[in-house]
Amino acid sequence: MVNRVVVGAHYGLRDWLVQRVTAAVMAVYCVPLAVCLLLQPRQGYDAWTGLFSGQLMRTFTLLFLLCLFYHAWIGIRDIVMDYVKPAGVRLVVHVLVILVLLLYAIWSVQILWGF
Amino acid sequence: MKFKIYRYNPDTDTAPYMRDYDLDIEAGDKMLLDAILLLKEQDDSLSLRKSCREGVCGSDAMNINGRNGLACITPLSSLSEPVTLRPLPGLPVIRDLIVDMTQFFKQYHSIKPYLINNDPPPETERLQSPAQREHLNGLYECILCGCCTTACPSFWWNPDKFVGPAGLLQAYRFIADTRDHATSERLDNLEDPYRLFRCHTIMNCVDVCPKELNPTGAIGHIKDLMVKRMV
Repeated sequence: MVNRVVVGAHYGLRDWLVQRVTAAVMAVYCVPLAVCLLLQPRQGYDAWTGLFSGQLMRTFTLLFLLCLFYHAWIGIRDIVMDYVKPAGVRLVVHVLVILVLLLYAIWSVQILWGF
Repeated sequence: MKFKIYRYNPDTDTAPYMRDYDLDIEAGDKMLLDAILLLKEQDDSLSLRKSCREGVCGSDAMNINGRNGLACITPLSSLSEPVTLRPLPGLPVIRDLIVDMTQFFKQYHSIKPYLINNDPPPETERLQSPAQREHLNGLYECILCGCCTTACPSFWWNPDKFVGPAGLLQAYRFIADTRDHATSERLDNLEDPYRLFRCHTIMNCVDVCPKELNPTGAIGHIKDLMVKRMV
């Protein structure tokens, strides 16, 4: 056993807090949307594009998706911290996950404003 | 009553095994420890730690029918047969039901479990109001038996990095103490993705604590104080 003085790394609080705040934002977006869709089911391409054609809807959907990606980053990072022990492999996995989530964010903007 | 007990003697056994025991005993109001001591009369190679036999010393913590607890305050009548006894999970086994608690106490020591106060000591004692003392209830009663920490999957996974519920409950015990002046250093010491934030509120600790304490609640209070300090 390595006999080192154990101290905190002085980070972690912000990620924990961000995960909670983003979860709240996602709940605020999802619950009214789900209720709305259950009460007024939409069918067909036109109905769905109509729903996402307003600027307000697009903006809040993007906010939701950005929260989802940030939330996912913290969750996946926590899993990687538990299961991927070698530092080099962990760094590579972290970078790949960040790049994929950034690509998803760009793709989300293209989808929301691209039709 | 039928018992199944984990046996392992590293000097003679190549691998641990479960041994069956049969004991002629009326459950009545007897505790599990009473039965284990009678079994030890039958087979004196059976090893366990015990001392106060009334839930104060925390020596006889073990895994009883899959759930961590103290043998001395677990009524025999509450157990289904065969009563399966194993050592506390997640720690190295020294022999039979005895585990090596070095890692547990290393984490405990890392939170500096003592009052830090650089003011000159008063002539008598450092006084607290009844309201200030009230904050320590539910924290000071911990007997460090290790039931909670060894029931925590986050501790199983990162025993060298995650302080564990017992250590964090004790950390909050000193943070909540008005006679302690090192709150900020204590929070610095815990602000770490492993040391504190590996707790994912699984709450096994609350479920098994034989003193009915709430480590998850204490961890929540520590996080609250960190948020208040930051915003």
